[in-house]
Amino acid sequence: MSGEGNGAWPLWEVFVRGRRGLAHTHAGSLHAPDAEMALRNARDLYTRRSEGVSLWVVPSASITASSPDEKDPFFEPAADKPYRHPTFYEIPEGVRHL
Amino acid sequence: MTAALALGDDALVLSHRLGEWAGHAPVLEEEVALANIALDLLGQARVLLSLAGDEDELAYLREERAFRNVQLVEQPNGDFAHTIARQLYFSTYQELLYEELARGDGPFAPLAAKAVKEVAYHRDHAEQWTLRLGDGTEESHQRMRRALDALWRFTGELFEPVEGCEVEWSALHGAWLSRVTAVLTRATLSLPEGPWRGAWAAGAGRQGIHTEPFGPMLAQMQHLHRSHPGAAW
Repeated sequence: MSGEGNGAWPLWEVFVRGRRGLAHTHAGSLHAPDAEMALRNARDLYTRRSEGVSLWVVPSASITASSPDEKDPFFEPAADKPYRHPTFYEIPEGVRHL
Repeated sequence: MTAALALGDDALVLSHRLGEWAGHAPVLEEEVALANIALDLLGQARVLLSLAGDEDELAYLREERAFRNVQLVEQPNGDFAHTIARQLYFSTYQELLYEELARGDGPFAPLAAKAVKEVAYHRDHAEQWTLRLGDGTEESHQRMRRALDALWRFTGELFEPVEGCEVEWSALHGAWLSRVTAVLTRATLSLPEGPWRGAWAAGAGRQGIHTEPFGPMLAQMQHLHRSHPGAAW
């Protein structure tokens, strides 16, 4: 993420854990001068309506993302292999959260 | 109730001042942060003013001389450093005061116990910015220095005893001085010199004597309610 000249603050990605036991999920992004301030801004922007119990902030520049151009080689081969999904089992009665 | 008015007016007036940053803050993230703090304070003001009477009447229909807030909180936002200096002085004081009130069994103990967590965050916000402005660039250091100096003479009033608050005011002042000094030292700044209360004016807010910028602020805060009494939407 270059293009942040002129003293602009770097971009941070925010991950919020909704409650104990859940994983942190991506909530959005924000600008902040450093990690400590990013955490505080994240608190104000993403948890002020009690959305979370834990926060992570990660510099956006540290994230390596897959490219839209490589979408086909990356994801297409998975589309026609139903045997990779556990869909051929009968789920016993009474088993929830599967 | 003198004390409910004094503490409630502090929260109400500072809340309004912070709200003035909406649409004007240096960055969007900071605007939300300041608005959050303003809303926390507004919540405290509602509880406190309700202890003293009808919250709307007290907020919107009193004249300037009937307000009992300290003069520090009515000072204009100035540049961002002035707002942060005002926050540092006030929220450090408010946190210490609420800690004391929460320990007691007076009428403010339940509110103080709840609000002290909010205020701890306000104080942390002010500290973080004081560190970054003080230990930032040459210009941010100078601006922070000027802001701390300009507001210093309003700090003495914070420790004038408020009737109805069972607090050791001189001990509170000592604790405040050491906390503020510690932050300023880390921020490569130092405690301002010069009088922390002015014989002429600073220090009379609790008696209803306010500084010039308070009138226009109050006019803006009250004009809607006064123009359309009982309006609802």
